[in-house]
Amino acid sequence: MTYLGDVAALARTSLLLELRSRDTVPALLLFVVSALVVFRFALPADASDLAAIGLLWIAVVFTAILALTRAFVAEREGRVLDGLVLAPCDRSAIWLGKALGVLAFLLVAEAIALPAFGLFFAPVDGATVAAFLLADLGIAAVGTLLAAIAAVSRARELLLPLLFLPLVIPVIVGGVGASVEPDPGRYLAFLGLYDGIFAILAWATFEYVVTE
Amino acid sequence: MIRARGLERRFGETRALAGLDLDVPRGGFLSVAGPNGSGKSTLLALLAGLLAPTRGSLEVDADRAEIGYLAHEGLVYRELTAVENLELYGRLYRVPERRERIGMLLERHGLWEVRHRRVSAFSRGMAQRLALCRTLLHDPRLLLLDEPYSALDDDGARLLDAHLAELAGERTLVVATHDPARLRPLASAELVLA
Repeated sequence: MTYLGDVAALARTSLLLELRSRDTVPALLLFVVSALVVFRFALPADASDLAAIGLLWIAVVFTAILALTRAFVAEREGRVLDGLVLAPCDRSAIWLGKALGVLAFLLVAEAIALPAFGLFFAPVDGATVAAFLLADLGIAAVGTLLAAIAAVSRARELLLPLLFLPLVIPVIVGGVGASVEPDPGRYLAFLGLYDGIFAILAWATFEYVVTE
Repeated sequence: MIRARGLERRFGETRALAGLDLDVPRGGFLSVAGPNGSGKSTLLALLAGLLAPTRGSLEVDADRAEIGYLAHEGLVYRELTAVENLELYGRLYRVPERRERIGMLLERHGLWEVRHRRVSAFSRGMAQRLALCRTLLHDPRLLLLDEPYSALDDDGARLLDAHLAELAGERTLVVATHDPARLRPLASAELVLA
């Protein structure tokens, strides 16, 4: 219960900071809607819905990079991350609290992006929504770990996309597969497996990322 | 409490700390002086466990819950209020009766009236007072203070003098300072880094 209480306190802090600064979520919404507008005009009129779905996934992944780039900004200022690392709580609670914050931001962005996609292209089905929910879990888990690695390095803006994009390729494969295949079950299961494996890896390794 | 032998720390090619031997007994008060870049902050970060030695050995007989570390920066969120920051740290440090403890520290350090103000609206001196409150919140056995008088006005400095005088002998203190004369009445040992 203490561990979950720490996670809840850290996640609540992330959300409170965003509510006050409004730095991240408006930028995510603007980016993802702008990207969909660009895709709307960039795709030929006779392009298939399948191509549009692929572009939706690209838009969401790049929106996630934007969210992750901002994930540890408040902790870098005033070296708050050092303060949290020195606290006697389980350090993985820092990762989990922050990952929950990132997950919330992604969900808000997609709550706007998916209806906007329906407006510009075609409505998404239940399997696609489920795929996005599962993808968000994996993106938040892996991305928060990588954002922490980037946050303590000098070339953080460069490092994060370079680390994140290769690791998120399975999410794209599973997500697009679940969105376009008639039987999305195995792709959703694949996304669930990815989430489980990478969440455990990120949870177990976070401590070594933020300490020398 | 603290024992270092041949302690060395490098940042790339730069040697921040070289071959330091150090013994601080339980209840000792070590004042660390030296010019800018002499390794005072590096030493305190090593003692806090934020950095690992490049060479040599370091033993600190205190776990994370027993260490209070005051850095140059406050280690507090700028967009949270003073009381929100202390509530968060109080929870993470398992401070018993933390509301009362937070209230007492804010009152003592002259921040009670501004407890609901965000840190981003604090002056440098107020932020330093809050950083001191955060450092003392969990009543640590080992206090590592990096230039604690920095940005404090006369009142704040006198408050800190009084607090250090209470803690001296009861807690182990390592204090980096540009003004070792101020600490001389309290310090049991003085280290000057070149």
